[in-house]
Amino acid sequence: MHITEDIEKREQNLMRGEAVLVVRNLYKSFGSHKVLIDCNVSLHNSENVVVLGKSGSGKSVLIKCIIGLLRPDSGTIKVLGENIPELNDEGLDKIRMKIGFLFQSNALYDSMTVRQNLEFPLRRHSISLKQGGVDQLVKDALADVKLAHTIDMMPAELSGGMRKRIALARTLILKPAIILYDEPTTGLDPITSREIIDLIKEVQQKYHAASLIISHDMNCVRMVADRVVMLINGRNYREGTYDELVQSKDPAIKAFFE
Amino acid sequence: MLRSRFWKNFFEEAGEIARFTGRLFSQWFKPHYETAEFFRQCFIIGYKSLPLVMLTTFIMGLVLTLQIRPFLIDYGVESQLPAMVGIAIIREIGPVITALIFAGKIASSIGAELGSMKVTEQIDAMEVSGTNPFKYLVVTRVLAATFTLPLLVMLGDAVALYGTYLGVNMSGVTSFDLFWTKVFRNLSFGDVLPAFVKSFFFGFAVGIVGCYKGYYSKKGTEGVGQSANSAVVLSSVLIFIIDLIAVQVTDVLGLN
Repeated sequence: MHITEDIEKREQNLMRGEAVLVVRNLYKSFGSHKVLIDCNVSLHNSENVVVLGKSGSGKSVLIKCIIGLLRPDSGTIKVLGENIPELNDEGLDKIRMKIGFLFQSNALYDSMTVRQNLEFPLRRHSISLKQGGVDQLVKDALADVKLAHTIDMMPAELSGGMRKRIALARTLILKPAIILYDEPTTGLDPITSREIIDLIKEVQQKYHAASLIISHDMNCVRMVADRVVMLINGRNYREGTYDELVQSKDPAIKAFFE
Repeated sequence: MLRSRFWKNFFEEAGEIARFTGRLFSQWFKPHYETAEFFRQCFIIGYKSLPLVMLTTFIMGLVLTLQIRPFLIDYGVESQLPAMVGIAIIREIGPVITALIFAGKIASSIGAELGSMKVTEQIDAMEVSGTNPFKYLVVTRVLAATFTLPLLVMLGDAVALYGTYLGVNMSGVTSFDLFWTKVFRNLSFGDVLPAFVKSFFFGFAVGIVGCYKGYYSKKGTEGVGQSANSAVVLSSVLIFIIDLIAVQVTDVLGLN
């Protein structure tokens, strides 16, 4: 593991604006139901892109294809130069070290403490790290989300917002180059939701990670997005900044922003 | 129409379980080995089942003795009570009852645990974090169930025989030494070995069915409940089917 070097390299690449994720002509269907139809998304270094769309528009399917949990019918998904659908299990494991995924349901391992939850991805990937190194990374990740005191608690003892932050800490522990957020503010009250949005921005500034955020929370979109990609019925509908889209006269777009 | 749908579902599920089992064997010997998780599962699946197995087998030995005694008195062979109950426990009742108790406790808990992990995306989270969830969750649990059940059966048999000793002495007097002499004098290698071997298959069946039902649990809390329930039902039925096959095989091998 060369986490510090990775971040330094990322800072150097920051100004170049390299694409770290390119999705081209992506198709995915379940039986006869076509979920993604010629979907195209790109994400550049240190950029926050929000994929916006109503429920059932294929947002979560897109993000699961990117991380390799679902295999697309056709199309390419290039993450840091590697085409995800062509990778074998070993290749996927390697590339997943560089991608963080924040699940909508948090997906914390409920039979493990917070410490064990955070140690889990480290033990898988960072075999060379000694116990002291693991402890330090866990404490740093918890400090990043301001929940250092919960280290020995079980997920069931935490509130919804705290669980979301712990899940984010687990996502951050490998210092990923790309972070995928699946509806990070869904089900949270407005204050906690605002805290999570601030945390996403802080994380972006600290680690210079590129973020792809699936959301239909307009507050989140307004505060976080450098660029917004709108999906309607699995197709790219419109792309632009928040301000560009908010001024649109298109009824389908206005329905989201009003 | 209904009958044809039943058979279609039956064969589909049998095929899926066979494929799941094939996947298990393909992952079984592949590095990297989840040794720590395997021992943790042995503790949870084996050690934590110990009190329940001990209690139920002790009562089983006691009750079986009390139920059989009047018949043996009628035929004037009461002295053969330890030998008869001993053989029944070692050959058949001990392994089957222990396996059924094990199925009720372990298949349901594995089914519910993996089912809820599936529903709450914890299995996906493992995959995303670079862990092979099949190896970490399924292989370790099936191995732990396969290797701990025979140990539980041996301990259960021993405790059931202590229950038998108590039953024998509730309405008569048989010394401790005489009781065990009578039990072991009538036992042979052919009684112990098949029972021991089939308990590995019972353990495997409980583990694989619990994991299969949990791993492919349908979404929602109802799905988790169904997984736990059907894991117990299917593994219990499989225990009887394996027992039936084991008897035939033992017979063919001349161990009966």
